[in-house]
Amino acid sequence: MKLSTFGQKNLTKKIATALIGVSVVIGATTAAAAAMKPSSEDVKKYLRPMEVPQGKNNISTPERVELGKVLFFDPRLSGSNFISCATCHNPALGWSDAQPTAVGHGMQILERSTPTILNTAYQRFQFWDGRARTLEDQATGPIEAGGEMAQPIDELVPELEAIPDYVAMFEAAYPGEGVSKETIGKAIAVFERTVVSTDSDFDRWLKGVNGVMSKEALRGFEVFKGKANCVACHDGFNFSDNGFHNIGLKDMEDPGRFAIKPIKVLKGAFKTPTLRDVALTAPYMHNGAYATLEEVIDHYNAGGFENAGTLSPNMKPLKLSKKEKRDLVEFLKALTGDPMEVAVPQLPVN
Amino acid sequence: MLSKKLTTMGLVALFMSATASAGDHTIAQNSKSFKLNGSQVEEYTIKAGETIHFKNEDPFFHNIFSLSDLKTFDLGSYPAGESKSVTFDTPGEAEIECAIHPEMYLLLTVE
Ligand code: HEC
Ligand code: HEC
Ligand SMILES: [Cu+2]
Repeated sequence: MKLSTFGQKNLTKKIATALIGVSVVIGATTAAAAAMKPSSEDVKKYLRPMEVPQGKNNISTPERVELGKVLFFDPRLSGSNFISCATCHNPALGWSDAQPTAVGHGMQILERSTPTILNTAYQRFQFWDGRARTLEDQATGPIEAGGEMAQPIDELVPELEAIPDYVAMFEAAYPGEGVSKETIGKAIAVFERTVVSTDSDFDRWLKGVNGVMSKEALRGFEVFKGKANCVACHDGFNFSDNGFHNIGLKDMEDPGRFAIKPIKVLKGAFKTPTLRDVALTAPYMHNGAYATLEEVIDHYNAGGFENAGTLSPNMKPLKLSKKEKRDLVEFLKALTGDPMEVAVPQLPVN
Repeated sequence: MLSKKLTTMGLVALFMSATASAGDHTIAQNSKSFKLNGSQVEEYTIKAGETIHFKNEDPFFHNIFSLSDLKTFDLGSYPAGESKSVTFDTPGEAEIECAIHPEMYLLLTVE
């Protein structure tokens, strides 16, 4: 093992030397500050894991994925029979809704924005304030929530039981367990665990493919890890520390995590969201405060607003140049995975 | 190579025991977990009257709090290199956490 890593390192060095040679020949004048090749530390930290965590007592089977997907897309899960999970977590919009904050039952405008469900399988806490631990726990919440789907589960169960094809699907997925709040939650969770990142240019670069990351994006990665210290919170392959921070958004009344754990540092603190596919999920932040990635970077560059209360001490003015700000945006865009093929399922009708 | 590492570790341990007074324990906050001499700890036992120093070894802020019946405290947040201490005077159990990184969890038994 030692030998092969050594060999690989040597090879990397050789390729790097060759590349430098090439760029000199082409006549590149400025030596880019950013490394052309990922360091072994980068690879270890940011490479996409091949395995997706499984739910406790709820392993993935094709029958469960299929049932969960059908439930996810079925508007009959809502009181109005008009809103499905996919209405807000729309695969065509990065599994979100392109709204500053969500629009729910009866077109109510909700307080918080719809997060993507991408890579929620890897999250240790669900919701902006982390109030649910597992996807199984989370899944039936929005069905019953008055503002979201407004459908009491004890009315939903007989509705689904009246559709024989559904009953058969539940039986195939969870033999003997029937249609229940539990099996609905479990099936949806299994489906959600299939919604994970595909390869982005950043991943291809980590795997050693040349020329996929632009110069700008490579420099942006250096700023991200260095001067801007985004990695204090957005770390690891999913770019989240599973932590809660107040990043100093303006005019905040939402107590965030503080409502769950009344500890001072958690006032106005929210979960660090993933940055994978982030270019697809504008507007940004739990309250949809920013319309573009450029605005997000300006926020961080200013260091956040103190008036928000308990601003995270990891937030401070960054003094980024115009170029560094642009490079950061290019890096974030390089985290967009290849488009996912999502076939919208035919829902059971009888 | 390995033996060198071990000797260094030994020296560090010696140094630590020399500076900390009897009945003191140092638990590190490292890579978003609680660590004792480099390995993760989730359960730990001390004697009544003893003190734990929580030392932040990560390049970002950590917090320490407990809302347990035994002792309720919130030591705020503090940066790399700093440590905060708590003394436990009465026997019982306390769940100790970092509010910023809730995966950091330690079940402390005071005997
Ligand atoms: C009306 C729009 C809406 C509908 C419908 C909806 N959601 Fe959500 N979803 C949200 C909002 C808003 C949040 C964030 C709420 C919060 O954090 O307090 C959220 C959060 C989540 C999260 C947590 C993601 C994270 O990163 O923390 C998951 C998972 C999720 N929803 C799945 C579902 C499922 C499954 C359904 C269908 C049963 C569903 N949602 C229906 C708007 C919606
Ligand atoms: C102190 C921890 C911390 C640091 C440092 C930090 N972030 Fe964040 N980031 C967060 C949290 C927490 C949120 C969600 C905040 C909210 O909605 O209230 C967030 C949100 C975002 C979002 C919006 C994502 C979405 O889906 O809405 C982007 C983009 C982002 N951060 C990029 C960055 C970049 C780039 C940097 C470095 C310049 C950075 N962050 C530094 C913690 C941090
Ligand atoms: Cu912490």
